[in-house]
Amino acid sequence: MDIAEELLKGNRLALSRAITAIENEYDEALDIMKKLYPHTGHAFVLGITGPPGAGKSTLTDKLAKAYRAQGKTVGIIAIDPTSPFTGGAILGDRIRMNSLTMDEGVFIRSMGTRGSLGGLSHKTADAVKAMDAFGKDIIFVETVGVGQSEVDIVKAADTTMVVLIPGMGDDIQAIKAGILEIGDVFTINKADHDGADKLVREMNMMLDLDGMMTDWRPPIQKVIASQGEGITETIDNIEKHFKYISENGILTKRRTERSKNEMMDVLHNNIGSYITKKLVETGEMDKYVEKIKARETDPYTVVGNIMKDMLK
Amino acid sequence: MSNEKIQAGLDKYNASVEKATAKFPERPNLPEQRLYTPLDIEGTDYADEIGFPGMYPYTRGVQPTMYRGRFWTMRMYAGFSTAAESNKRYRYLIESGATGLSCAFDLPTQIGYDSDDPISEGEVGKVGVAIDSLADMEVLFDQIDLGKVSTSMTINAPASVLLAMYIAVAEKQGVPADQLKGTIQNDILKEYAARGTYIFPPRPSMRLITNIFEYCSKNVPKWNTISISGYHIREAGSTASQEIAFTIADGIAYCEAAIKAGLHIDDFAGRLSFFWNAHNNVLEEVAKFRASRRVWAKVMKERFHAEKPKSMMLRVHTQTAGSMLTAQQPNNNIVRVALQTAAAVMGGTQSLHTNSRDEALALPTEESVMIALRTQQIVAYESGLADVIDPLAGSYYVEALTNKIEKEAWEYINKIDEIGGAVAAIEKGYIQKEIQDSAYKWQMDVESGAKTIVGVNKFQIEEEPPKGLLKVDASVGVAQCKRLAEMKSKRDSDAVKAALADLKKACQDENENLMPHILSAVRTYATLGEICGVMREVFGEYEAHVNL
Amino acid sequence: MEKRIRVLVAKPGLDGHDRGAKVVARALRDAGFEVIYTGLRQTPEQIAEAALQEDVNVVAMSILSGAHPHLFPKVVNLVREKGMKDVLIIGGGVIPETDIPALKEAGIAEVFTPGTPTSDIVDFIKANV
Repeated sequence: MDIAEELLKGNRLALSRAITAIENEYDEALDIMKKLYPHTGHAFVLGITGPPGAGKSTLTDKLAKAYRAQGKTVGIIAIDPTSPFTGGAILGDRIRMNSLTMDEGVFIRSMGTRGSLGGLSHKTADAVKAMDAFGKDIIFVETVGVGQSEVDIVKAADTTMVVLIPGMGDDIQAIKAGILEIGDVFTINKADHDGADKLVREMNMMLDLDGMMTDWRPPIQKVIASQGEGITETIDNIEKHFKYISENGILTKRRTERSKNEMMDVLHNNIGSYITKKLVETGEMDKYVEKIKARETDPYTVVGNIMKDMLK
Repeated sequence: MSNEKIQAGLDKYNASVEKATAKFPERPNLPEQRLYTPLDIEGTDYADEIGFPGMYPYTRGVQPTMYRGRFWTMRMYAGFSTAAESNKRYRYLIESGATGLSCAFDLPTQIGYDSDDPISEGEVGKVGVAIDSLADMEVLFDQIDLGKVSTSMTINAPASVLLAMYIAVAEKQGVPADQLKGTIQNDILKEYAARGTYIFPPRPSMRLITNIFEYCSKNVPKWNTISISGYHIREAGSTASQEIAFTIADGIAYCEAAIKAGLHIDDFAGRLSFFWNAHNNVLEEVAKFRASRRVWAKVMKERFHAEKPKSMMLRVHTQTAGSMLTAQQPNNNIVRVALQTAAAVMGGTQSLHTNSRDEALALPTEESVMIALRTQQIVAYESGLADVIDPLAGSYYVEALTNKIEKEAWEYINKIDEIGGAVAAIEKGYIQKEIQDSAYKWQMDVESGAKTIVGVNKFQIEEEPPKGLLKVDASVGVAQCKRLAEMKSKRDSDAVKAALADLKKACQDENENLMPHILSAVRTYATLGEICGVMREVFGEYEAHVNL
Repeated sequence: MEKRIRVLVAKPGLDGHDRGAKVVARALRDAGFEVIYTGLRQTPEQIAEAALQEDVNVVAMSILSGAHPHLFPKVVNLVREKGMKDVLIIGGGVIPETDIPALKEAGIAEVFTPGTPTSDIVDFIKANV
């Protein structure tokens, strides 16, 4: 089947196959993306991140249901870490969203981080575009907020929600420092556990000290996702943020930035793989490596020479 | 002999071992310590830690005479297909000398769905008997005197409903509730952690359980209101220490919930019972039984300040390990079950179910069930294992192992306390993860050959597919649905509606005991699915925590 | 190219015995597969839909309750109806030998009974995807 064409017609299997092509870096992915691109740019993209065990999937499930109740269609991309030792992964987010499976207005896709260096954010962005072109009104991108690549992914969202839970001890200190700057909206999940109020106070204090603060002060909402408490308020916060960035030109700025990043990503990727392929094909790669290993030359000189050749 | 002399002897022995192993290496994958001596139980105070049967801390058993008075209850878990079929099997078992009944329910019943619910398709009557309403329960116990038999029911999330049905059947037989003897499993925490047939979230589930404690303490005083089960935790892959630790942690959570609901520990603790697995390693199992009694006695005395001796006794039903049965060379399972039976008996169980040889393949046939029951009878009457109380006490190894398992159990219990108790530990996925890790390790040990399972990874043979397995026909589901429809057409539907509305109101009031309301609903022939449906509406459903 | 074999591990029906499914899920992960674990009480419709959304290469199901003659073929049909002709569908659990020919006839590529090493399952998937 023509995947792009079928996808645009609303074929769910085509959407699924398109994401596989993107993930597996099939050659056809490029053609698919070319055809889909004109149909993108309509979806609202919500990034959800936070430490493992914060209840992100349960929260995503509840938020998705609330958006469905408003008549909006939902796409969910749930990313879990790949084992660096085996290359395998358990993608277990879906289990919290089982009751969404039979809702035709929802499409859930689990992805592993695999081994890609920075390629993950690029692939996720393309998967988001595939869902966007498919016609999803809102797309959730859920990642474990630990590594830089995960942070890059949520940065690409229109609105980023950071989910924290009380009682995480010292772990949270490190996490808070890293993700404070990316959160547009904060959610304190499992708010019925001890320490929720303390965490809210700490978060507020950190926001008070944040010198970079714009007019938007990220709201902090207490939620008990498993019981559906605080979901309406969370959606309110998300919508307020979206309204704020829409009205202040920030959304346009973010999306322009994203387009630029996309282009640069594609550029870097293509140039990189072009050069690599050439070096391998001509056998130059091995020669260079041998010479560098023997200290006859150094990587800096080699790259300089390659660049000179290429840009001639 | 003084300790110095023993140590000197041991040193000499160890030197000789070194020489011997240089020539003849020992088998791989053995426990580190090869020999136990008085030095290994040096610090164990006999009077405080081991003691006497029927006395604190009950290490040697909960009754003063144990099996010298009366054997354990030989209770065979059975039930399949329709109530009428299962009734026939129960009467066969009673005629064969079984001294207690144990009802297996099908999965729709265990999860609170009627047989005609779309989700029940393919499952009706498969792993147990299908019970949709009081009408089925009447047939299940037809011609069985509920005033005489003791009945154990493996039912958890909807335990209150099945108990209510049992009480209602007894009423019709003219047996008053205070004469009824038996057990409901009613242990929801291990369902979340290991067995999977939960319905409601923890909070309302704990309420249902404490409602049952309270109701039974007043109305059904001889009933064991809960069977706190390690069996399924072990089946899910835990170690022996984890089995008793997680189960006792669950027991602590139930006691705390009941106390919070206003009950006094000594009013309900005597009716708590436990359920252990009898696994393959005979001596480890014996030590596990002994350690578990000691830990529970200490928990009750020191933590809950129980005063009645009965509150401190860990009374236990046991089942041989289903997961250790092999599909390969199934007759070998008879031997496994015999050894597991020996372990449970030397461990001092109060009742026992023995699995049948063909259960890794299908439901057991009548012939297989007979062999399993005979196994218990042979151990009881012929082996001599039941003639002397706690016969392995004083074995250096068994006493040291009892101490070790107790220590490991306390470490887990303390860890779970730190997390905030069993409910929190389950909600965080901690207990599940520990069990899964052990299960995975077991499987990898079998695959690497570190563990040998006869007929599975060693001593395999070419086999003919086994014949004569019991199969539950798909027509059972159809017949049961028809029966249900007929029953519904005959009952007073206004009475059903009123009873369900009353139940709903009661569910919404947290201070109301639900048992009388459920009993009223059951009497109108409201179905299990209808009653659980009302509770689902008010309480919601549990969502599993999976942390692989 | 970063292709991975993707496997949906599911428990159709109502039985709660997930020891086997979980052990298999971990073994498949350790073999380098991406495993989408959907947990207990999945209807055949849910399993087929999840297989579609996740574009898996393999659907692996486990049943210990005896409901396999009804549920396994139903999943096969639904998956095929969704246009996933090439998805490998395998099953395991307490399944009598005598039931296996009918399950294979219905499109279950292989049935793994108790005692099967997880490495057999891994090898089978590698050979057939």
